[in-house]
Amino acid sequence: MLYRESGQFKTSYKADMAIFPIRQDLWGLITTLIVAVVIVPLFASEHMIVGYLLPFMIWSIAAIGLNILTGYAGQLSLGHGAFMAVGAYSAYNLAVRIPDLPLLAVFIGAGLIAAACGVVVGSPSLRIKGFYLAVATLAAQFFSEWVFATFPWFVGGAASMVIDTPKMSLFGYPIESNLDNYFLVLGFVIVTTLLAKNLVRSEIGRAWMAVRDMDVAAEVIGIRPLYTKLSAFAVSSFFAGIAGALYAFCYVKSVDFTAFDLFVSLKVLFMIIIGGMGSILGCFLGAAFIVILPILLNVAAHHLTGGNVSPELITNIEHMTFGGLIVYFLIVEPHGLARMWTTAKEKLRLWPFPH
Amino acid sequence: MNVSDPILELENISLSFGAVHALADVSFSIYPGEVLAIIGPNGAGKTTMLNVINGVYHPSEGKINYKGQARARMRPHQTAVQGIARTFQNVALFKGMNTVDNIMTGRNLKMNTNILLQALYWGPAQREEAVHREAVEKVIDFLEIEAVRKTVVGRLPFGLQKRVELGRALAAEPEILLLDEPMAGMNLEEKEDMCRFVLDVNEEFGTTIVLIEHDMSVVMDISDRVVVLDYGRKISEGTPDEVRGDQRVIDAYLGVAH
Repeated sequence: MLYRESGQFKTSYKADMAIFPIRQDLWGLITTLIVAVVIVPLFASEHMIVGYLLPFMIWSIAAIGLNILTGYAGQLSLGHGAFMAVGAYSAYNLAVRIPDLPLLAVFIGAGLIAAACGVVVGSPSLRIKGFYLAVATLAAQFFSEWVFATFPWFVGGAASMVIDTPKMSLFGYPIESNLDNYFLVLGFVIVTTLLAKNLVRSEIGRAWMAVRDMDVAAEVIGIRPLYTKLSAFAVSSFFAGIAGALYAFCYVKSVDFTAFDLFVSLKVLFMIIIGGMGSILGCFLGAAFIVILPILLNVAAHHLTGGNVSPELITNIEHMTFGGLIVYFLIVEPHGLARMWTTAKEKLRLWPFPH
Repeated sequence: MNVSDPILELENISLSFGAVHALADVSFSIYPGEVLAIIGPNGAGKTTMLNVINGVYHPSEGKINYKGQARARMRPHQTAVQGIARTFQNVALFKGMNTVDNIMTGRNLKMNTNILLQALYWGPAQREEAVHREAVEKVIDFLEIEAVRKTVVGRLPFGLQKRVELGRALAAEPEILLLDEPMAGMNLEEKEDMCRFVLDVNEEFGTTIVLIEHDMSVVMDISDRVVVLDYGRKISEGTPDEVRGDQRVIDAYLGVAH
């Protein structure tokens, strides 16, 4: 099957602006959805779901959030972990303090509270840019860690500061098994991806990219810089908040501020750099690279050595291989894995007659 | 408003950056429907003048009247709302976006659906996209850049980038169009194309055009009036023929014998 759009004619601008204007892309998406909804639940092991797919999907949502802010709107942020923490703690407090609140409202409320924090943290972005903004957002990271470590109110006065999340149920159906959690997270992945894709192809998405590429020209053509930057912060933090809440409720099943430290912010940043700035697909590729590859390396290392080598050595080799792969991919394609895919698609359009 | 009333009046504009007087006591008017050229040697303050007109810089002294009303200190996006669009000396396109999206940004002021509807890409948001896409396609037709409409503009040759940038400004349907060296770095053929587009815009849409240009043959051919700046001061103003004969202009360009 060749990746080629010849013969697919558009007769309206609406068709031309469809979310996947090329039919092959649509098929690819449908196949992925079928795999995710039907094949995975039928055949995947518990280990596969909990070990690989849940973290992959949750980190993908977080990466989409940061990619909107950094990849699309061009505002470098090191505070993404803070917004995830705000999301997790907000979801916990909403669920515990308002017992009758429906689960979806809990998650959306957590996203909205994170978005509000994002707007506050992002407000200096009108004046400061680039690395200086990154440092300003770093303040949010340290501040959130300090707040959640210092005030027991956020965990309902618990002494341990680490607290289990309450039981969840959606429309009266309890969410207990790993598969239930998988479906809940999958639902959020599908919806957030769709929302993000819609935003970046709409007027607001063009405004974000305009501010990223040439902010003076953007303002001269009538784009309001403050609104554009703050909306990017809000949307980005909204996604981060939902990802943080899902991480706490569906994956680790506890709320713990140490789970959202600076390394988390860096990890998400690595994901979008390796996956591809300004690409929704890149968020998934980057999340897969950062989350799944180390596990695969671990499995491979154990198989190859057959248990004769000390575990410390294996761990070191894994880290070195992982670092080496990051460097390799960034040298081969500095714009990320998504760009590799784009280039491959362009080649496929012409293959096998390149002229 | 009388036809002969100026659309924009600049009165005694002065602007300094530290000790550098970029503009000193410059006054001139822009009349609706005309093609006004601003010329002058390098560093004369031409681009600074455009930046003052569209609010990137604020004059330290002087007054700007737009359609007879004194204009308060304005941000660039507010002047865009008033109907002033521009292109830049060094192409300032959004390099990561394709041609259609670049020109679509020119329509942003006319798009009103809120961010939630855009996120859902539903109903009004979708209809609005299609309506403005149609307007953008008209601009693409007009500038004859159909072949590159889905190309990322960073990959386009310089001449086409300039054309896309003009398209972005045109998509805003401005009343005043400021062009900062639209022909710089172009070959003869591209210059002729660009002249044709500028004149067509002026005639078909009645857009007032203010352009900065170094190519004197272009200036003399297409402009109705010329303002000459030198060291931040206005040294001459008039029709191309008047300016050409002005001794101060000749001195500014060729130097004075000592």
